[in-house]
Amino acid sequence: MNIIVLVKQVPDMDTVKFDQESGTVDRSSAGKEMNPFDLNALEMAVEIKENTGAKVTAVTMGPPSAEEVLREAISRGADEGILLSDRFFGGSDVKATARTLAAGINYIGDVALIIGGLQTVDGDTGQVIPEIAGYLNLPHASSITKLVGVSEKDITIETDLWDSTYVKKAKFPVVLAVTKEVNSPRMASFSTKMKAKKAEITTLKLEDLKELTAEDVGFKGSSTFVKKIVVPKATSRQGIKLKEEPQIAANKIMGILKDKKLLEVQNG
Amino acid sequence: MDNYKGCVMIYAEQNNGKIHPVSYELLNKGGEVARKKGVKLIAALIGPMEIDENELIRRGADAVFTVKEDDTYSFPDENTYANTLVHMVKEVSPDILLVGATNFGRSMGPKVASLLGCGLTADCTALDVDEEDGALIQIRPAFSENILAHIKSKNFPQMATIRFKEFDEAPINEDHVGEIIEVSKPISMPQLIEVIKEIKTNQVDLVNASVVVTGGKGLKSKDDFKMLKELATLLDGVVGASRPLVEDGFLGKAHQVGYSGHRVKPNLYIACGVSGAAQHIAGMKESQYTIAINSDPSAPIFNVADLGIVGDLYEVIPELIKQLKGE
Repeated sequence: MNIIVLVKQVPDMDTVKFDQESGTVDRSSAGKEMNPFDLNALEMAVEIKENTGAKVTAVTMGPPSAEEVLREAISRGADEGILLSDRFFGGSDVKATARTLAAGINYIGDVALIIGGLQTVDGDTGQVIPEIAGYLNLPHASSITKLVGVSEKDITIETDLWDSTYVKKAKFPVVLAVTKEVNSPRMASFSTKMKAKKAEITTLKLEDLKELTAEDVGFKGSSTFVKKIVVPKATSRQGIKLKEEPQIAANKIMGILKDKKLLEVQNG
Repeated sequence: MDNYKGCVMIYAEQNNGKIHPVSYELLNKGGEVARKKGVKLIAALIGPMEIDENELIRRGADAVFTVKEDDTYSFPDENTYANTLVHMVKEVSPDILLVGATNFGRSMGPKVASLLGCGLTADCTALDVDEEDGALIQIRPAFSENILAHIKSKNFPQMATIRFKEFDEAPINEDHVGEIIEVSKPISMPQLIEVIKEIKTNQVDLVNASVVVTGGKGLKSKDDFKMLKELATLLDGVVGASRPLVEDGFLGKAHQVGYSGHRVKPNLYIACGVSGAAQHIAGMKESQYTIAINSDPSAPIFNVADLGIVGDLYEVIPELIKQLKGE
């Protein structure tokens, strides 16, 4: 069984610098890491591999330096990495990204399971995984919170939808988008780190993806474009700021709670 | 159905036969866009037989297109719903298609966009109509709320998902008239995903809570949430968490406040050890009254707090609990 895990290299959002004046993000200001949700997708794939002997391939799209995120995936249990990288892919929106990744998956072929994170922390659209499913003409399930079981033919998961939890069973091939709740990602071991260092990363270019032309990818293949960027004024409604002993501080809060009539619940 | 060509279509989400409030918010905003463009507003409703579509008309829909069937639509399979909505979009040819950015909408919406081959802008917080060409301007925050991107589509339908709780619900107008048009479901729709059962869970209702007590990175361990839980219970509220804590597995996603979590508007918001990253503030800035407790006086959370306590949450909160219990 072949499993594909989709990963993306993102800036560390806690430290990335943002210029309020120009509205630009200085990507060089922060370290790069694997999108946190993708760690859970990878962990799920590796858990399935351990139970079934499946082969796990990590796939990403990005500049040549995005090869690092594939090595990280290998160090955390993936068997190999494939990078979709070409200057024609620049400026892709969700649609162009999804079509390119779907073509990459078709290039690999014979895949039972495609797993990705629910969303990325930089783009934050959460749309790429379901769109890939659409362009592959495969069913998908999203908001996955638990892996229940896997057989040779299907996978059973739990998903949070409609303000409730549902158990779903999906026949292969299927596309899944997982939440952070689905598992706890493992750390890389020394031996897998060594393996990752030496691993051959395959790079695919537009010419390798026979089903696509330059019209289908990058800015040309995108269906949306950014007309302008507006930098909103920072929200501010600062009230009182106190530095007091805990007892006095708590007393102050009690005063507010009384004013707001929030103490009636427990007293009445 | 040619008389509805070029309309604004909203997807009226329903859960288990009950119309989700985001549908009424879409009718409000979608109605505004439709009036600016001088076109009809229609709702697309897919679900079990029991749903009442008249509420959608009372709230402004000029027509409701429905596909109803118990067996097919009693469970949330995004693939089945997406195939059905695509079928309706092809019948009606709307210029604009709006979907609520709920868990379900965020999964079904992109499937619909990819099946139609159109663009899709996620999680919009505002919409406008371009005065020059009449195109829909889709406005969404990006990079943790630091910027607002104004996005346009190159083809039709111009499609966007809209954040829940961003707009008011369309008011009820008993005099508003509209027609209900039943559409047959798509002929071929293989069901490759089977919904085995629903697990009834006591999901925390963060969005509608009147008091939210949230923990941030100032919390040292998962266990310390017990203290916040106790405070929340005393105030008849619920516990929330900032994104880093949810990512570290302190609490489930259902508790996450922020841009990528839930947006809350409680009467009282107590932020404990929350630094106040833009992405967090986006989820709580509309709280009626905010109290922040943080040991770092420069924490940005204080910029949006009505009452800021510069102090150790491990001292202030136990003291507050003590006073609340009247000890």
